[in-house]
Amino acid sequence: MLIDRQDSYNEEGRDQSRFSVRILVSIVVLLLLVLMLAGRMFTLQVGAHEHFTTLSENNRLRIEPIPPTRGLILDRNGVLLAENRPAYQLEVTVEQAGDLDLLLERLSGLVDLSTSEIDRFRGSVRQRRPFQPVLLKSGLDDETVARIAVARHELPGVEIEARPVRHYPQGADFAHVVGYVGRINEQDLRRLDTRNYAGTSHTGKTGVERYYEDVLHGTTGYKQVEVNAQGRVIRELSVVPPVPGQDLFLSIDLDLQRAARDALAPHDGALVAIDPATGEVLALVSKPGFDPNPFVNGISHRDFSALQSDPHNPLFNRALSGQYPPGSTLKPIVALAGLEGNVTTAERRMFATGYYQLPGHERRYRDWKRGGHGWVDMNRAIALSSDVYFYDLGHKLGIDRMAPMFAAFGIGNRVGIDATGERPGILPSREWKRSVQNLQWFPGETLITAIGQGYLLTTPLQLADVTSTLANRGQRVQTRLVRAVREGGDGEPQSEPVRYLAPVSASEAHWDVIQQALIDAVHARHGTAWGSIGSTSPTYRIAGKTGTAQVFSLAKDQEYDESELERRLWDHALFIGYAPAEAPAIAVAVLAEHGGSGGRVAAPIAREVMDAYLTSLGLVAEAEEEP
Amino acid sequence: MISVTGRELTTSQWILRSLRLDGVLLVLLGILLVIGLLVLFSATGESVEALQRQSGRIALGLIALLLVARIPVSMLRAWSPWLFLLGLGMLIAVMLAGDIGKGARRWLDLGLIRFQPSEIMKLAMPLMLAWYLSLRNAPPRFLDLIVVSVLIVVPVLLVMRQPDLGTALLIGAAGLLVVFLAGLSWRWFLGLGLAIASAIPLLWLQMHDYQRQRVLTLFNPESDPLGAGYHIIQSKIAIGSGGLYGKGWLNGTQSQLQFLPERSTDFVFAVYAEEFGFVGIAVLLALYFLIVARGLWIATLAQDRFSRLIAGSISLTFAVYMVVNIGMVSGMLPVVGVPLPLVSYGGTSLVTLMVGFGILMAVHSQQRLVNR
Repeated sequence: MLIDRQDSYNEEGRDQSRFSVRILVSIVVLLLLVLMLAGRMFTLQVGAHEHFTTLSENNRLRIEPIPPTRGLILDRNGVLLAENRPAYQLEVTVEQAGDLDLLLERLSGLVDLSTSEIDRFRGSVRQRRPFQPVLLKSGLDDETVARIAVARHELPGVEIEARPVRHYPQGADFAHVVGYVGRINEQDLRRLDTRNYAGTSHTGKTGVERYYEDVLHGTTGYKQVEVNAQGRVIRELSVVPPVPGQDLFLSIDLDLQRAARDALAPHDGALVAIDPATGEVLALVSKPGFDPNPFVNGISHRDFSALQSDPHNPLFNRALSGQYPPGSTLKPIVALAGLEGNVTTAERRMFATGYYQLPGHERRYRDWKRGGHGWVDMNRAIALSSDVYFYDLGHKLGIDRMAPMFAAFGIGNRVGIDATGERPGILPSREWKRSVQNLQWFPGETLITAIGQGYLLTTPLQLADVTSTLANRGQRVQTRLVRAVREGGDGEPQSEPVRYLAPVSASEAHWDVIQQALIDAVHARHGTAWGSIGSTSPTYRIAGKTGTAQVFSLAKDQEYDESELERRLWDHALFIGYAPAEAPAIAVAVLAEHGGSGGRVAAPIAREVMDAYLTSLGLVAEAEEEP
Repeated sequence: MISVTGRELTTSQWILRSLRLDGVLLVLLGILLVIGLLVLFSATGESVEALQRQSGRIALGLIALLLVARIPVSMLRAWSPWLFLLGLGMLIAVMLAGDIGKGARRWLDLGLIRFQPSEIMKLAMPLMLAWYLSLRNAPPRFLDLIVVSVLIVVPVLLVMRQPDLGTALLIGAAGLLVVFLAGLSWRWFLGLGLAIASAIPLLWLQMHDYQRQRVLTLFNPESDPLGAGYHIIQSKIAIGSGGLYGKGWLNGTQSQLQFLPERSTDFVFAVYAEEFGFVGIAVLLALYFLIVARGLWIATLAQDRFSRLIAGSISLTFAVYMVVNIGMVSGMLPVVGVPLPLVSYGGTSLVTLMVGFGILMAVHSQQRLVNR
């Protein structure tokens, strides 16, 4: 014991002395390194001082970035959706201005200068390069430009510059598709390559502008300029020109987009139309929209809070980010799951009363129709949208066989559209509930999932994507907004290839059953869209499904009565459909917020858009004038 | 010098002692930080905003230093392996799911804060090795050497892959310095030197294009005056034209006319050299030397092996920082992206360095407690 301690003392002592040697070595090495650095500095600063002083004085060559022109965004017919307009801005070269305060005072008599503009100006004055013009105010109108031009002689150092500024000629109609650009901020700087953005002031913030930032921006050029000893540019020596950004052609048709916007009126909501063959988005509307132009150079605080506090929430992209219960629109998927899983047949009939009860449970799951639908087979159950039939089918399937079919259609995953802001919705399953809520799955939740309620949430874009898949009898195609890209300015637009995704596999006979039921939902007398579409004898056939999504949950035995409820608690009206049913050219999903009934409200909206598109293709004759 | 044995304590000594701080080190650090702020003000074009931000970071760093100084060394030692595992886990997380900024995957986003786990590793590495080697008999044996090699190589490779060559270098150096201080036989270091020399061709194949470019331009900056060589050429002009006494504060033409790139971050030393000249450089180098020497002094007085190793390696890593940065700015070493310690603009490395000095203070105060 004693010896042990003695040993460890010795050990400690040995260690300490060994350590001291190492420290001594370190100090010596460090001293040598420091002397070496000092020697190096001495050579540079004292030995070669003359040489470097000459270089420094001759250091007249500076590299200045030349920002590239941002690519245009056009609709499928070449109509401009985002362009670069010259905008006049007021710039001051401080070195030439003399008394800055006096100048600002004079200018404020001619131009409306806010304190924030002046503050920003003074901030950038401190950080400028010598003889670098500093921005004072952007977006001058012609009148102001004229006023300043007249008073030019008493405004030394003041310049009016025309710089390209992003402009969105279609205003609110494309705000939720194209998005907008804005000034580069700290957050953007983390993600952008500062070298390539050396001369760029704006970057895509949302939508296509953000998603395709790399394509639209282009490559910054450089010019080598000679400056005098004060830093003023004397001449340009060499230029590496910038490579302008590429132009994007969207698949959206401006006329159809407007038709869709008008068809949705007076409702808030969303509409997405897709060409099922190519996955090209033909129209994508989120109503109400907002004018993106003020965002480009920084929207005023007041205007922004007005937009934010607007009860119609115009900044919210309902089409991509809005997650709503799909309601009955997804019953066809549950039916297909039933057929493919051999749980039921198309012919099996059941007597649908006004409610459904799980064996051994008290709780009544109500049908939307009081009293029920009587005897229904699968075709009728889809066409007249029997809740009880699908409660029963859902119960037989179970969530474990229902969720995979939803997933095969892409529910619960982002569609992957080429714009930012898309949300994935929710595909509930046993695992989902355990991981999110740490609770077990209850059988009753399977029932309400089967009628598109409960945890299940989808975006209007997802619904349109599902509709396109139904139209293609299972072939999934990547949905996208950009159909062609054009190298800066001229040249032919290069089409983007169609991308096929893993199909939903089901037997042809089963697709026939589903397709016929969707046609009957619109064109058969018992169909939920018969009243609004079928009965008006359209010249082509639509396959579709109505839906009504609950916003407000009712107490157990309460009845839903529109007239008694506030509008904001009304159900959302939904419709998905494609046309012509035999050779689909367009797939549409409509969501009218608080619209009430899907059949009465949402179906006619979709039909209007289909009419407009099929007419433009020449597939349908112009609507005949009523005499 | 502050007398440890004296009965009477002046007020300042009493304050320092109750805060567990080493007055000498604190004063030296304070001078360096003030010089840093002065240079920064000039380098950012007299930006008050940048000055405020950096002051905020310094305040944060000082708070971190004060807090860490109060942690007993035994506790630091007990935490060491866990901190290392945490850092390693986060490095792996970054590799799998990190945020990409400026072409590199270095950041981990934890909702509220975004930070670089490689910063944690800068301290976790020496702590871990000091912990491990303090458990073993000195000097390290062959088996220890294998364990230690793995502990160093894995994090260094992870950081190198981000890619962040500068930080990888510093982490590796921190680890090697612990092994060196632990008394590893000179033969092994000779072997390591040879191994590195023979590994250079392999390393070359592993490097990213931009890294190779940097090495190539080091040897001949004039070959690419508008590209990778621009930094070094301009930086040398800035230093050389400073002369013996410098051009004076806020009067460096190279930096004020914006010829010099990255003048507030990695190349801030060139701004200092231009404005304060060789005399200023001599003062700055002396200051760095004194800080490291004081750190090593604290290390030699430390009471146990762990304290000695950690205090020694933190001080020497600080020296490596300084030598590498000044070497690269003056064109002696490739541009690897190592900031000038406690002077360069930027928060993460400053806070890490201050935490490191906090550990030194903790070692220092423990030694004093034992003496009493």
